[in-house]
Amino acid sequence: MGRFVIRRLLQMIPVFLGTTFLIFFMVHMLPGDPVRAMWGDKAVDPAQLASIRHNLGLDKPWYEQYLTYMGHLFQGDFGTTMGNRKVLDVITEALPVTVRLALLAFVFEIVLGVTIGLFAGLRRGKSFDKGTLILTLLLISIPVPVLGFIFQTVFATQLRWVTPTVQDSMNIGQLVLPALVLGSLSLAYVARLTRTSIVENIRADYIRTAVAKGLPRRKVIGTHLLRNSMIPVVTFLGTDLGALMGGAIVTEGIFNVKGVGNALYHAINLNEGATISGFVVVLVLVYLAASLIVDLLYAVLDPRIRYA
Amino acid sequence: MSAVARVRWAVIVATSVALVATGCSSTSSGGGGGGGNANGIVTAWWGDPANPLEPANTNEVNGGAVLDMIYTGLVAYDPKTSKAGNAMAESITSSDQQNWTVKIKPGWKFSDGTPVTAASFVDAWNYGALSTNKQVGSSFFQYIQGYKDVAPTSGSPAAQTMSGLKVVDDTSFTVALSQKFSTWPQTLGYAAYYPLPKSFFTDHAAFLDKPVGNGPYTIAAWTKSQKMQLRPNPDYSGSNKPKNAGIDLKVYTDTNAAYADLQAGNLDVDNGLPNSALKTIQSDLSGRFLNQPAGIIQTISFPLYQSDWSTGNAKLVRQGISMAIDRATITKVVFNNTRTPATDFTSPVLGDSGGYKEGLCGDTCKLNAAKAKQLIQQGGGIPGGQLTISYNADGPHKEWVDAVCNSINNAMGDTKACVGRPVGTFADFRNQVHGKQMTGGFRTGWQMDYPLIQNFLQPVYVTGASSNDSGYSNKAFDAKVSQANGEADAAKAVADYQDAEKMLATDLPAIPLWYQNGTVGWSSRASSVMLNPFSVPVYTEITVK
Repeated sequence: MGRFVIRRLLQMIPVFLGTTFLIFFMVHMLPGDPVRAMWGDKAVDPAQLASIRHNLGLDKPWYEQYLTYMGHLFQGDFGTTMGNRKVLDVITEALPVTVRLALLAFVFEIVLGVTIGLFAGLRRGKSFDKGTLILTLLLISIPVPVLGFIFQTVFATQLRWVTPTVQDSMNIGQLVLPALVLGSLSLAYVARLTRTSIVENIRADYIRTAVAKGLPRRKVIGTHLLRNSMIPVVTFLGTDLGALMGGAIVTEGIFNVKGVGNALYHAINLNEGATISGFVVVLVLVYLAASLIVDLLYAVLDPRIRYA
Repeated sequence: MSAVARVRWAVIVATSVALVATGCSSTSSGGGGGGGNANGIVTAWWGDPANPLEPANTNEVNGGAVLDMIYTGLVAYDPKTSKAGNAMAESITSSDQQNWTVKIKPGWKFSDGTPVTAASFVDAWNYGALSTNKQVGSSFFQYIQGYKDVAPTSGSPAAQTMSGLKVVDDTSFTVALSQKFSTWPQTLGYAAYYPLPKSFFTDHAAFLDKPVGNGPYTIAAWTKSQKMQLRPNPDYSGSNKPKNAGIDLKVYTDTNAAYADLQAGNLDVDNGLPNSALKTIQSDLSGRFLNQPAGIIQTISFPLYQSDWSTGNAKLVRQGISMAIDRATITKVVFNNTRTPATDFTSPVLGDSGGYKEGLCGDTCKLNAAKAKQLIQQGGGIPGGQLTISYNADGPHKEWVDAVCNSINNAMGDTKACVGRPVGTFADFRNQVHGKQMTGGFRTGWQMDYPLIQNFLQPVYVTGASSNDSGYSNKAFDAKVSQANGEADAAKAVADYQDAEKMLATDLPAIPLWYQNGTVGWSSRASSVMLNPFSVPVYTEITVK
């Protein structure tokens, strides 16, 4: 187990270097000059342009910029934005908001998704199961922006239960509506995965044995059936957590949540390489950690899986 | 029994999760329940400013809106008539239109208590111009003597201050310009010319976190990229005292989100209205909506640096193209009337006395398909056989470019006479324009820096001027503009500028399309909302119930 974790941690290093290199390279290859764009349609003094480029290190070849960037990164320096703010400040402002939103959506999709999937699987072919299939199909086929606007119109503009946009991005209560929208698609997947898995395992030998032994139904379902059916769901949830942390540009835009998606959108619009790279670095770390946790959870869920 | 247990289990999970979640929020959110406003405070739409909030380092509308609230310059523009009037200046005088004496009103203070003196202006201007300070608005000081020494085109500056600026005493200073410029005092309302307190130079980082000014408001709190709270400045000595208890600016990245808040009453003033709302806005807001021309004109420019576009025949072709464009229909259908068809090269915000002249462009800017076709054929057809109109694809331009091309195609009776040519990003597009790589028409626009006819002509059409994208060069035009700049009498100067403008109407280095309008909508709580010539709400006048 310990050796497995160490090996996985070591594997993260090349992955981390590779992804940061790729994103740095791609941002650099974007057409147009972010420094020149600061003036819009107006003319600029070339000397002024040159001195700003020099100040931001943009006059050096890209590989040199990459090495400098990585050097600073390992000292905890993420660079500055075009507007002369520390990128680290921008990240530490946006990340807590997105963590809240993502966890809320995550909890929502686990609790509702697994429960609905479990009951649908146990009542296979009954009306609840069919209802679940229709509902999840609906959620999967409606694009997130549409769902967002529907929720906004119904709950905020008509019912007036909440304000149309989030007034304070750190307030959990106000993040519930965006989290519902954000988690709805994954909720449908989780419910479907759980249902299929339950239906498959309920016919398995070990379940028949457990029932034959005279175990209470609660224990058969809770300890044996559900636990064994969770493996594909956990795999999905692991990658999904990473995706949720990456911020939701559309959902955050609709509800004016000041999270990672919002900050990234702004940075991409302004072609701010340092900000984009900074966020990606953090997100890569989150992704790697999430996938490691998922792998470790396999062993917890299924005793047959062992890591040497 | 087992079902009950299962439900109980689910409830326990759900509540414990909720507890963890709320526990999280109470520790770090600092209790910010949204919604209700304190009495008399206006909440208004805002976008994140692109640059730090320094007067000479702000060239976009979001930063500009805040600077205009927290500073008062030497002159200010009347929100209704655009006329420049003295604000902090007692007088700005000159006998030769080149050497100016500025006297400022005594007794003014910055919100940190320090006095506003002549040095506050001179130091601020020298800071703004010096190339090593990298201020985006540095070129605003280009008319002052010694600008070339502090901001040379290449290399490091030879001087730290401009030789044309001299402090006489606490309330007066002199300015020597490098050329005659009769309307120069009227340019001084722009943000780049605001004064700066001593603390700007002594503790720059702290200043950037919370800028200090001499205007009607002060910044009470600023959470970057989220919101800014502005409150009336108790030390303010001017005449634009706020009629509300303060302004709360809220940052939105999505204009639809702001519009939803406006309709629900969570936002009082929204001047970032989404295009999708414009069709229904009158009924949505029961008429609480304003749509008026701004100091922005949109044009299609031509590469006069290319040999086939610089001939006399090409001039006829350009006139023909201009007459083929159905401005009235496009502004109505594509823009929902948020553009006004252009009939000159300036903007209606200047007013008649300021130099705007309706119809100056004459028949050339009116739709006449038959004449258009005839002129284009007379000129030997479109150079290259097909007109391309380049634009940046990351802006909302495709629709109108296609509509313009459609107009031209209809007039020519040829479905391939004109096509749009998208360029990926704005930055790339401007690089191509600036690098003189255009071979056909391209999108250009001019947003005025100050409401003066000079600002619509000199930077855009004078030979070698900073924003002369078409490469237009006409000695007679240049001479007329410089004659106007030396004219002491304002009315005579305007007449001279208009004479120069008439040359543009025949040479057509650029085709005037339409004036962009500014729009603003407001909640039922708010009243007295209006837009200034720069399409920014006049925040001091807004009142809320």
